[in-house]
Amino acid sequence: MSDTLSKLEKRTAYTLVLPAVLLVFAIVLFPIFANVWISFKDIELKDIRIPEPRAKKIVKSISDDGSELKVIYKLRNSSLIQEIRNVKFQDKFPKNISILNLDPRCNFKSKKIICDFGNWEAKYKENFEIILKNINDEKIKKEIIKSQKPILSGKSDNPLLTTNFTLENFKKVFYENNFIELLLTTFYFTFFGTVGAIIFGILAAQLVNQNIQGRSYMRGILLFPYVGPVVALAYTWTLLLDPNSGTLNALLVNFNIMESPINLLGQKYITISILGFDFKLRLALTTVIFFEIWRYFPLAFLFILARLQAIPKSLYEAAEVDGASPVQKFIHITLPQITAIISILFMIRFIWNFNKFEDIFLLTGGASGTRTLPINVYQQGFAVSDIGMGSAVSIVIVMLLLAFMIIYFKLIGKKANEI
Amino acid sequence: MKFKSITIFLVISSFFLTCILSIWKIMSTLQGLNFTNLNITGVFFNGIILSLLFVLIGNRINHLIKIFLLSFLFSSLYFYFNETSPYWYIFGVFLIILFFTNKLKKYNTKSLTEDFISEKIIFDFITLFGIVFFAFVILFPFYIMLVTSFKTQIALLVNPLDFSLDFSKSLKELFKSYFVIFETYNFSRYILISSAVSIGTVIVTLLFAIPAAYAVARLNFFGKNFLSTSILIIYMFPAIVLVIPLYTVFSQLGLRNSIFGLLIVYTATTLPVAIYMLQGYFKSIPKEIEDAGIMDGQNWFGIILKIIIPLSLPAISSVALYVFMIAWNEFLFSLMFLDSPKSFTLSRAIQYLSGDAETPRQYLMAGSVIVTLPVLFIFVYFEKYLVSGLTSGGVKG
Repeated sequence: MSDTLSKLEKRTAYTLVLPAVLLVFAIVLFPIFANVWISFKDIELKDIRIPEPRAKKIVKSISDDGSELKVIYKLRNSSLIQEIRNVKFQDKFPKNISILNLDPRCNFKSKKIICDFGNWEAKYKENFEIILKNINDEKIKKEIIKSQKPILSGKSDNPLLTTNFTLENFKKVFYENNFIELLLTTFYFTFFGTVGAIIFGILAAQLVNQNIQGRSYMRGILLFPYVGPVVALAYTWTLLLDPNSGTLNALLVNFNIMESPINLLGQKYITISILGFDFKLRLALTTVIFFEIWRYFPLAFLFILARLQAIPKSLYEAAEVDGASPVQKFIHITLPQITAIISILFMIRFIWNFNKFEDIFLLTGGASGTRTLPINVYQQGFAVSDIGMGSAVSIVIVMLLLAFMIIYFKLIGKKANEI
Repeated sequence: MKFKSITIFLVISSFFLTCILSIWKIMSTLQGLNFTNLNITGVFFNGIILSLLFVLIGNRINHLIKIFLLSFLFSSLYFYFNETSPYWYIFGVFLIILFFTNKLKKYNTKSLTEDFISEKIIFDFITLFGIVFFAFVILFPFYIMLVTSFKTQIALLVNPLDFSLDFSKSLKELFKSYFVIFETYNFSRYILISSAVSIGTVIVTLLFAIPAAYAVARLNFFGKNFLSTSILIIYMFPAIVLVIPLYTVFSQLGLRNSIFGLLIVYTATTLPVAIYMLQGYFKSIPKEIEDAGIMDGQNWFGIILKIIIPLSLPAISSVALYVFMIAWNEFLFSLMFLDSPKSFTLSRAIQYLSGDAETPRQYLMAGSVIVTLPVLFIFVYFEKYLVSGLTSGGVKG
């Protein structure tokens, strides 16, 4: 009895889970593996279209009474690089029609013309003409002939499915592409973006956790940058920071804080001298990092605030009795209570910042020294249109991610369950 | 000791006053007032005198009368030195000083001798300063977005600081950019597509996620643990590594430029987090209630429909809102998959607009306002649900 019950339970469970699992498998897991396949192929954006035989039909009348028509089919292979094998062609005509010049490759039977064109090499083109005649010398209606579309079929290799593999893509990723700088930029961006977001998150949470008026409004407002659409926010910032007529530069110049406008998103380096030493700062990268912090500190804030509100008030009261100062309270009570959530936040945000694409793409497009790995996937895959290369960069990202995740689960995986 | 705490009090409080007055000055500059000097030192010393007077007067006069008197005195002084400034500006200054002196209420010559008073002063004013700072930094870009959509490109190029609105214009003239993007750039279509895709994603995601989450939360089957851990791992994989294979496959299947293609991608990418959030909530429902349902002869479909869903409506709505927001804000896939203006979503349409350098910025900002308003509205209205959704699933983004 219980055996059949558990069997039923299992069957139910699989029916419930299967649709979701299949969908996620098809759209998320399959592409990750497909990346491995594509990354070993020499394949470009233009190769991924499957070659198709195409025909454009043009109808012309060639006799005065309209009983004879010339039909021109402009045949071509849609692909510039691949041949199509065994092309078949078929078209239908109204009744009482004969064909005057039947091509040897074709058959005309019961109102249908069927042709066997054989193989078409890449870029193949042909003007295929037939002349139609009405048997009873009546007028053939052009519109009817025109409205009938020819059917073509053929076989071709899908370039994605061939088994020619190459290591070229990975060689290019590691040796030709300034890989070290790419990696360094990605890590700068990720690390400082994460740390900055967490620091501002702690500050904001500490503020909102005080007894102030309008605390719930403040919490709502602080989350605005996180919930707003990235496109709108990125373009607003681009306008704000614009060197020619952006508000920020105009204000700085207006109040004589700076002599001339500064191109915060378009300048790669800026030299800052502190105590006589010259430092070279990655300006555009820093700006992008600040945008990133602005957008994502609310998330850290939300998590830390939730943790802060769970700290028992009695702890602070006891400290008060012992005569602790506000700073001592923060260091000895608050900080130990939030270290766990901070370490989790750090890992999670680190992984997400590492993958960030939209923000940088919309702000700078990866120019002026802000090219990170995800931006590079896009540039290789779609700007240079080298799909294989883009996939190879994706694989590098996946590998690094896996490494981060292993570290994450080793270090704080257990802690995560406790919270 | 007392001297030290008084000095700290004076410096910190007038630093705070200087900050808010400077922000007020900047905001007024953006209304077209012609200030070219923040005059920080002047304001700072005035602040020190103000705080000193406040502490010296102490409890000799009623607090309310005291703050009104001081604010009136100092804003008149301010007016005297900045004769050109209009009355609304001075009135703002008056209110700010009123607010500031009210915040000083708990300080007097006596309280300044308490233990750790200097640390407390610093903490208090840093809190105040922090709130003003965060509110300003966060709201300022939204403010610029909104007011730019009411200006014209030419006016802004002539004077990039003048964001004042001319209310004498007709409404049609004032909202011109909105009319233009709807009439010329077809934004009503994009709003429709964005809504359809987002709402569709919510529905399909819930349809797939509720049964799966129920199974993970309640039923025993082989591979359950594996499934629940892999949900989280899958969630960590970013869209950017999926883009190239999906692009190639979708091109070959003819799913690019189709709303349906976008819908399945959005659903699949939000499913893991939806399942994760829902199963956590389902686990918290007492099992006895379901047992009663099983006794009544309900099958799993009946249990989910009649027991689980009604009991977990709050969780389901927070998942729904969260998924809606993700789908509405999504940009990467819509950039990759849509290249015909017929099938653009709002985000993609704005990005497409910006690609043309000739597009005046007020249209871009009007579009941005249109894409931002619904999410902000939903967020403010359903904040409670969304915040719980964000904290359980919000590691992404």
